[in-house]
Amino acid sequence: MTLTQSPLDAIHRERGASFTDFAGWDMPVRYTSDLAEHHAVRTSAGIFDLSHMAEIYLTGPGAAAALDYALAGTLSSIPLGRAKYSLILSEAGTVVDDVIVYRLGEEKFLVVANAGNRFPAAAAIRERAEGFDCVVDDRSEEVALIAVQGPNALAILEATPGFSAEGLAELGYYRCLPREFNGESVLVGRTGYTGEDGFELYIDNAHAAELWRALESAGAEFDLLACGLACRDTLRLEAGMPLYGHELSLDLKPVQVGMEKVVDMSKDNFVGRDGVLAGVPANAPRLVGLQSEGKRAGRADYSVHGNDRTIGVVTSGALSPTLGYPIAFALVEPDFAELGTTISVDVRGTEIPAVVVPLPFYSRKARS
Amino acid sequence: MSIPANLQYTSEHEWIRVEGNVAVVGITQYAADALGDIVYVDLPKAGTTISAGAIVGEAESTKSVGELFAPVSGDIVEANQAVIDSPELVNSDPYGAGWLFSVNFSSIGAVMSADDYEAMIAE
Repeated sequence: MTLTQSPLDAIHRERGASFTDFAGWDMPVRYTSDLAEHHAVRTSAGIFDLSHMAEIYLTGPGAAAALDYALAGTLSSIPLGRAKYSLILSEAGTVVDDVIVYRLGEEKFLVVANAGNRFPAAAAIRERAEGFDCVVDDRSEEVALIAVQGPNALAILEATPGFSAEGLAELGYYRCLPREFNGESVLVGRTGYTGEDGFELYIDNAHAAELWRALESAGAEFDLLACGLACRDTLRLEAGMPLYGHELSLDLKPVQVGMEKVVDMSKDNFVGRDGVLAGVPANAPRLVGLQSEGKRAGRADYSVHGNDRTIGVVTSGALSPTLGYPIAFALVEPDFAELGTTISVDVRGTEIPAVVVPLPFYSRKARS
Repeated sequence: MSIPANLQYTSEHEWIRVEGNVAVVGITQYAADALGDIVYVDLPKAGTTISAGAIVGEAESTKSVGELFAPVSGDIVEANQAVIDSPELVNSDPYGAGWLFSVNFSSIGAVMSADDYEAMIAE
C-alpha cells in the first residue's frame, strides 16, 4: 500500500526524521530523541506535523442541528470561536471516534477527527446530516495541521514574521481565531494533545511548508524542537488524554471511560442516545490510571492481575519521561477501579505492582 | 550509521568483540536508533549460563521493547552496571560505554562481518 505523504514531507526528510505508518500516512515518529522532544514540549516548545488528522467541515443553516444529532454533545449552543471536545457514537452507544469541534461561524463548523477514523467519521457525519440543510465537506487531504506546543508557544507565534498573532495572547483555552500568515488564512486553535499550553494551526497544504519554516526559524531562540508522534503519545498519556483504538473503541461506552459528561442526555434525539441509556453490565470494565514504582512499564495489551487472576488489560503505558515512574491506562473490572486499589501488571512474566491513581498523571498547573 | 569493522554482528542486531575467551556483547547503533531512547535494560547476572540464540534480557525504550538474544554460549562474566544505571549510554555510545554484558564463551553462534551486517540492514 502506498502511504500518503504529508505536505511537510520534504522538511521532515531534510531533518533526518524516522518515519512510521500512521493510519496510512508516512509521518515522523521522531527526529532525534523521543525523550528530548518530550522534554522540549514540557519546558520550552515543540512543533508537530499533524497533517494526517481529518478535517470535516459542515456549512449551512442546518449545520448546528446536524451536529447536535450526529454527536454526543450539544454543539449548537457553543459561541463563535469556541472549540469543544465531543464523541461520535454508534447506535449502540459505543465510541466511533473522539473529535474536536470548532465553531467557525453561525453556520460553519470544523470537526477534527482521528486520521485512523477519517472515513468512518466522515461517513457517519455525512449520513447523519442528511435531512439537515447543510453541506459536509471532508477536506482532510487539502488541509495541513501544525501544532506548536509548550510554554514558549505563544512567544514563538508572536515572533514569527508574516504571522498575524494579534489577539492570541488573550485567546482562552479551547478557543479559536482566524489569523493570517503572509496573507493566507490560518485557523488558530488554543488546543492540543500534550497537556501543555499551545496552539494548533490549520492551513492549506500549499502554504504549510512556508509556515513550518517560519515557525522553526522564529522558534530557534525559544528552544523550539521538531517533535514526532512518539513523544506526542507519551505527552498525551501523561496528560491523561485517551487515544482512539486504545482507551476508546467501538466496544466501549462513554461511562466506562469516564466520559459520561461528554454526552448530553438532555438532548431528545441524537445517534447513540438509546444505546447510552441502556447502560452497561455491572461487570463492564472501567478505564483507570495506574502508577508503578521502578522503571518497568506495562504496555498496551499486557494483562492486569488482582486476587491472583486476570482482571483487566493495559491500553497504553510508558515510563513517564516527566514523572520518572511507569504510568498506564488500563481497563479493569469495576471492583478494582477504586482509587488507591493495588493491583499488578504482568510485564513479560514479572508482576509489577500498580496503584489506581487519579487522572491526569501530569498537570502543568500542579507543577507550576 | 556506525558499524565498526573490528566487531562481529548477529542478525538480531547485536555485536560481539572477542578478547581471548571472553566475548563482550552489545546492540548495534541501528538497533538502538530503531528502539528510540532506551530507558531500562534487563541483563543476565554474572555467573548465569547462557546458550546462543536464547533470550537473555531486554532493552526498553519509551515506545517499545527489544529482546536481547545470546550471541554466544557460556557463562556471564559481568553485566555492565553503568548501563543498568544509565540506559541512555546504549544510545549515545552503543559500541563503547554502552556495552551490555561479557561472556566467558564456549562457542559462538551465527555471526557476520560488518560488511554483511551493513548489507543486511540496507535491505
